Amino acid sequence: MSTATQSETSAGETGAQQDVVIDAKIDELHYGKFKAVRDVHIPFTRNSITAFIGPSGCGKSSALRCLNRMNDLVRGFRLSGHVHFRGTDIYDPKVDPVAVRRHIGMVFQQPNPFAMSIYNNVAFGLRLNGFRGNMGEHVERALRHAALWDEVKDKLRASGLSLSGGQQQRLCIARAVATEPEVLLMDEPCSALDPIATLKIEELMRHLKESYTIAIVTHNLQQAKRVADKTGFLYVDTSEGGRTGYLVEYGHTDQLFTDPREEFTKQYIHGDVG
Amino acid sequence: MVSHSRPPSRLDVAWDRGFRFLTWFMAWATIALVLFIVYKVTESAFPALQRYGFSFMTTSHWDSNREKFGVLPEIWGTLYSSGLALLFATIFGVGVAIFVSEDFVAPAWRTLLKNVVELLAAIPSVVYGLWGIYVVIPLIRPMADWLHNNLGDFPLFGTPFAGPGMLPAAIVLAIMVLPTIAAVSRDALVNVPPRLREGAIGLGATRWEAIFKIVLPAASTGIFGAIVLGFGRALGETMALAMLVGNSGVISVSVLSPANTLSALLANHFPEAQGIEVGALMYAALVLMGITLLVNVIGELILWRASAGMKGAH
Ligand SMILES: Nc1ncnc2c1ncn2[C@@H]1O[C@H](COP(=O)(O)OP(=O)(O)O)[C@@H](O)[C@H]1O
Ligand SMILES: [Mg+2]
Repeated sequence: MSTATQSETSAGETGAQQDVVIDAKIDELHYGKFKAVRDVHIPFTRNSITAFIGPSGCGKSSALRCLNRMNDLVRGFRLSGHVHFRGTDIYDPKVDPVAVRRHIGMVFQQPNPFAMSIYNNVAFGLRLNGFRGNMGEHVERALRHAALWDEVKDKLRASGLSLSGGQQQRLCIARAVATEPEVLLMDEPCSALDPIATLKIEELMRHLKESYTIAIVTHNLQQAKRVADKTGFLYVDTSEGGRTGYLVEYGHTDQLFTDPREEFTKQYIHGDVG
Repeated sequence: MVSHSRPPSRLDVAWDRGFRFLTWFMAWATIALVLFIVYKVTESAFPALQRYGFSFMTTSHWDSNREKFGVLPEIWGTLYSSGLALLFATIFGVGVAIFVSEDFVAPAWRTLLKNVVELLAAIPSVVYGLWGIYVVIPLIRPMADWLHNNLGDFPLFGTPFAGPGMLPAAIVLAIMVLPTIAAVSRDALVNVPPRLREGAIGLGATRWEAIFKIVLPAASTGIFGAIVLGFGRALGETMALAMLVGNSGVISVSVLSPANTLSALLANHFPEAQGIEVGALMYAALVLMGITLLVNVIGELILWRASAGMKGAH
């Protein structure tokens, strides 16, 4: 599945753009009358981790949830701009959002395993896809991918809810990667976890980027520093009376943290604002 | 700074004590009342209890001249009509609950629908009975006749449509318990954490896949509670059933046949009952209370086990 898409993408694009899996350009994002985000333009490159940082409420989650049309669930949501994935705009009226989400998986802030067995949690997405192959093998592979296999291999029939928070989050990662999406979106995946579980997930992310393209939202600057290749810094603009998030600066993580171009970025990473 | 706090005055304390006593008294008075009712009913039923014993629940006659009494058809009719009504009401009620808990339409429309369904609970039982006789029975007659003529080989439609009987009774009863089931199910659905639905949608589930595979199972305990509550209501419903069920002590699986229920039996026979028949009616009342109690206890047990299981998982 992924090899076919790869050749498809590289055939359709050239040069430096070749590795851009998602090209997101959010001109304006509204919830009803409220303009939540403006002017966020970020390319997501293959096999890399891109982080969104910024103070709470600046629209990180909103921007991330545009990438797999999760925002469609919100009444009143409107987007102007585009999100190109494999050369097509996922907001094109002809595109089925359900199909988009099968290629662009998501891991949420709160671990949200379903009230079913560990095995069935991982198999859930595969079953939705009408998967007919060797289910057991696939479940094992996904759990290994999420570095959870050794801890749960003897209790696959136990409830997903019986695991610890960190294990639950890795189960959700296993569930998301089981269907072999191309992109993985993670919205503050460690904010509900303790430091040790957090480090485990970070290690896992570095490992996962060999197979996936990852976009992560984090309010933890150290985490962005540790895992992200590229980082985008969002901030809130209150000048027009509203509270609209926008992209202040985007670049290589090292550069953004050591030598930011924008004064705002410098202040934020030194803890002077936010 | 001036402190605005002061110790409670003696009046406050007295008021507090008095109020506490009052609530205590009312709680116990309620319990005493229930016990008193059960005691009085049992006392009045005693002659019949002694005379007919257990066979009262396994025989089928209600003959005051020969003083032969048995409520097997009424037990059957009570359970059958309630079960059938519950089947209809669950399908519709859960459907309504899904509709008003999802955002298929603008919130204002959902609120309207929710209120209209709840309004159904405000219509008096006797109105339902009249409506059943003058609207429902004529309305379903063509369909019922068709069912008997074409599918009469099935026991379910094995008798000709008699007008008042099981089907119209169950339909009207279903409408009467619909508000309970819809409202309680809706609460259960609304209380499913949104992150579960998001998890399913995020994996590429359609809205209906998310509802049927994740949201409904997560709400199933609450929906089951709704059904038990509805069952309790259906068992005791009297007026509409007395008007609609046909008041005929036959045991038939045919939904087109007339039937009888315990509550309708009580309502119809009290005016002329005397002597041992009063005892028999009281005995029938005891049986009805027993069934209702049993259903509620079983329902509570299942709910309790389900929620204990959920807690154990965390
Ligand atoms: N579903 C929603 N409906 C309306 N407003 C929302 C919704 N989700 C987020 N917002 C608003 O959009 C802004 C950005 O929120 P969010 O994207 O969650 O920020 P962040 O993830 O950076 O904390 C906030 O002002 C928030 O109140
Ligand atoms: Mg957020």
